[in-house]
Amino acid sequence: MTATTTSARSDLSELGRSETALRTFLHGLPGVDQVGAEQRAAQLSTRSIKTTAKAQAIDLAIRMVDLTTLEGADTPGKVRALAAKALRPDPADPSCPHVGAVCVYPAMVPYVAEVLRGSAVHLASVATAFPSGQAPLEIKLADTRAAVAAGADEIDMVINRGAFLAGRYKEVYDEIVATKEASGDAHLKVILETGELATYDNVRRASWLAMLAGGDFIKTSTGKVPVAATMPVTLVMLEAVRDFREATGRQVGVKPAGGIKTTKDAIKYLVMVNETVGPDWLDPDWFRFGASSLLNDLLMQRTKLTTGTYSGPDYFTLD
Amino acid sequence: MSERVAVRKTYKLFIGGKFPRSESGRSYLVQSSNVSLASRKDARDAVVAARAAVKGWAGATAYNRGQILYRAAEMLEGRREQFVALGIPGDEVDAAVDRWVWYAGWADKLAQVYGGANPVAGPYFNISAPEPTGVVAVVAPERPALLGLVSVIAPAIVSGNTVVVAASPSEPLAAVTLAEVLATSDLPGGVVNILTGAITETAPTLAAHMDVNAIDLTGVTDAALATDLEVKAAENLKRVLRPAPADHDWTGDPGLAPMTALLETKTVWHPKGV
Amino acid sequence: MFEYAPAPESRSVVDLKPSYGLFIDGKFVDPADGGSFKSINPASEEVLAEIAEAGSEDVERAVRAARKAYDKVWGPMSGRDRAKYLYRIARLIQERSRELAVLESLDNGKPIRESRDVDLPLVAAHFFYYAGWADKLEHAGFGPRPQPIGVAAQVIPWNFPLLMLAWKIAPALAAGNTVVLKPAETTPLTALLFAEICQQAELPAGVVNILTGAGDTGRALVEHAGVDKVAFTGSTDVGRAIARSVAGTRKKLTLELGGKAANIVFDDAPIDQAVEGIVNGIFFNQGHVCCAGSRLLVQENVADRVLESLKRRMAQLRVGDPLDKNTDVGAINSAAQLERIRELSDAGSAEGAERWSPPCDLPDRGFWFAPTIFTGVTQAHRIAREEIFGPVLSVLTFRTPAEAVEKANNTPYGLSAGIWTDKGSRILWMADRLRAGVVWANTFNKFDPTSPFGGFKESGYGREGGRHGLEGYLNV
Repeated sequence: MTATTTSARSDLSELGRSETALRTFLHGLPGVDQVGAEQRAAQLSTRSIKTTAKAQAIDLAIRMVDLTTLEGADTPGKVRALAAKALRPDPADPSCPHVGAVCVYPAMVPYVAEVLRGSAVHLASVATAFPSGQAPLEIKLADTRAAVAAGADEIDMVINRGAFLAGRYKEVYDEIVATKEASGDAHLKVILETGELATYDNVRRASWLAMLAGGDFIKTSTGKVPVAATMPVTLVMLEAVRDFREATGRQVGVKPAGGIKTTKDAIKYLVMVNETVGPDWLDPDWFRFGASSLLNDLLMQRTKLTTGTYSGPDYFTLD
Repeated sequence: MSERVAVRKTYKLFIGGKFPRSESGRSYLVQSSNVSLASRKDARDAVVAARAAVKGWAGATAYNRGQILYRAAEMLEGRREQFVALGIPGDEVDAAVDRWVWYAGWADKLAQVYGGANPVAGPYFNISAPEPTGVVAVVAPERPALLGLVSVIAPAIVSGNTVVVAASPSEPLAAVTLAEVLATSDLPGGVVNILTGAITETAPTLAAHMDVNAIDLTGVTDAALATDLEVKAAENLKRVLRPAPADHDWTGDPGLAPMTALLETKTVWHPKGV
Repeated sequence: MFEYAPAPESRSVVDLKPSYGLFIDGKFVDPADGGSFKSINPASEEVLAEIAEAGSEDVERAVRAARKAYDKVWGPMSGRDRAKYLYRIARLIQERSRELAVLESLDNGKPIRESRDVDLPLVAAHFFYYAGWADKLEHAGFGPRPQPIGVAAQVIPWNFPLLMLAWKIAPALAAGNTVVLKPAETTPLTALLFAEICQQAELPAGVVNILTGAGDTGRALVEHAGVDKVAFTGSTDVGRAIARSVAGTRKKLTLELGGKAANIVFDDAPIDQAVEGIVNGIFFNQGHVCCAGSRLLVQENVADRVLESLKRRMAQLRVGDPLDKNTDVGAINSAAQLERIRELSDAGSAEGAERWSPPCDLPDRGFWFAPTIFTGVTQAHRIAREEIFGPVLSVLTFRTPAEAVEKANNTPYGLSAGIWTDKGSRILWMADRLRAGVVWANTFNKFDPTSPFGGFKESGYGREGGRHGLEGYLNV
């Protein structure tokens, strides 16, 4: 990927024109050895992040949280409260940073937009018939346009896993291109739903497919299937964005989502970002956590570092 | 000053790592205690628990299984006096501890002794390795109640099988107490399930059950019942271990057969070429 | 941007004594002639303890104690009971693992991450595994009633002090032998703590004896007429000298010696994992590993890409305080070893190979060497032929599988090899042709007590680990 810089750049933009070209390229990517990838992820998990480094990591992680609620029971009241929390996660401590974004269903976007207006917190909306993606393309695109029109500046789309697993890569590609277009100026996060892709080889191929089609972020999961973000899956995706930037010069962000609940987990991910793709990605513009309960644990650990005593859940707002 | 009134123990079944009473609500008086009288439905529940435990137990590393069996030996040694109080001779308890230790060591050696490379005539890598057969139903020997029980459970589970054991009907307290040892030995729930009660009630259900892979008839003393169970077992071609002879020496070297009878051998071929 | 703060493992778990005696017949005793030497922390050059130096009279005492224990206690004991002592030792090691890990890192210089996550778990597992053999020897494939040999003299190196002790003592005791073991002079401390563990396990006196000292002590031990078995791990030169010294005797000998392993990367390899494997292959334990993947053979059509990834990965290696939990590469074990690494590296540069190391700040005190690779290396270079035993990788290229085999085998050594490819049949084709005792495919530097380890050719003979590991300790 690296030795052939400029010629590769022009070649890659042509790949989406043909099913054969896409297939040949994706299947020509180096394989991922499952055992080796999982061992590397486990090894990175043994890093011990203490004191000043921990404080720095916690604040960074808070800034990277996409504070999320994606429930059938969501109401305007619920999402307004969540948005308020996104702006001031710890009302008792003005030095606490705000989160990266609030992530909701399209129907909830207008209520969140009211609260976030004028702030630096982004407003993400899932779209494209989230979480299954099993709807006609026109409906998925209309879903996307509606979310943007209502005020979302980030769109979290799902790929067509059925088409991907059936080997119809061009169909997946074209849907991402169309959604990117429908998103307009909004940033497009492409959810691979890695729990359904089953192998790391598939995760690597889907990552490249999403990037080739113009995704601004690649995201692991919807949070709606049993297996959500894992360390090794995120490692493979980080390797993909690293190699993609080397090949094309374009940087793509990564968002693990679902299952990251504790500060300890979040710090492991930051260590992995640091040692796999480096400081260029240690920024909310390039790395996010899709999470809900993670935020309160980060706040508790943050308080522990400043006060020296362990806090309890009663001392943080539940929104 | 009056004598202290003792708190007595309730003896229950051991299914899926829990100690339920029989769903039938029945018990029988034996060894001066009311012991659960397991029903056919309890036997079915135990098979479900044993099946659910196969994936994790067979999938654990052999080293891990060995550690857990050794832990069972440690816990049994610690409860030595409890078994003696049930009337088990001290020597038998010691022998039962040693048997756990012996089998613990087999966990990561069985494949080395019972598997191996096959020099096939061609450009192929070819290797045979044993795997557990799955869920094993066991009729434990009537006595020795502890050593006999350990001698049928340990060789089944060491390789990754899970078991449903019909305990000695006349001396079931050792079995229930052994369940308490196993419950505190890091053994995952469902790997060993113990039913107390009548063999004539539980064993036919287990022998006929289509989700049981093997049956060990060691403790069946009635020849007609043994034949009947073997016939039932034939329906899904269960691996069958026939009853032990009446003069079986439980203290002697068990050899490999109790383990190998409950294994499947898998042979893998792979070409060699550039 | 994201700097990891120091995360030091506490030393307080270790109770270092100012001086240590010899462990003979179940007791710590002073050496007959009163000699001693110092063991230092290679990361700081701080003196850790004064260590007794065993002379020939001490060797005599230790062998006699081992003989008596063999004749009276350990030889006649049932396998079942020997097993129980070994299980006890395994459990005590598990219980005291942090103490042993910290002490190992202090004395050896290896990162605590490795002593904690690799060495100690393997040590405990090794004792656990061989404990299980003690009462099953008749099933090991060496006949119906295999017998022990007698008194084993064991001499081990400094790179994995406690693990090499386990590899020697566990099978010896399981098979019914008694031992006199000499740890390396730069790393005696965990062996002495192991002696305390033997006391705690109430292992009968004389079954394990530990003699500290240098080359002279080792020579006196292996040449002692009362020894029935010699087991040595270390350099090929010393191994050769031992083979000469046992010539004409009845002593059984096993040797685990040097290596110059090829780690072979094909163009269809899982590149990210291959790079991890290359790093693990040569920088694990500062490259102080006899089976280290010290020669990288990479297919020419992916060489640039692999090297670029490798350099990027090497820049992430954290070199420094062995007790910091985030350290990846620790200290070189001794001044003498550092000197040898420097000498061979300088020879590499002088012979025209291109040298590269990532930027890294090395501590002022102690013995340090930055992770280093040489590219443009040919088979004729000294750095492609001689064992450096340090964090130095020589990179060569090949075009075809046959050429890879030819280059990999073109060495007097034959301990290990690595193969990286997604193609299963090629792995097996290569493995058939590689003259090496251990072949790792799509992984490297993996060890397990059930898996035999040892070399072809000048890498030694005999196997340690697995069922085969018993053979060297049985009269077969």
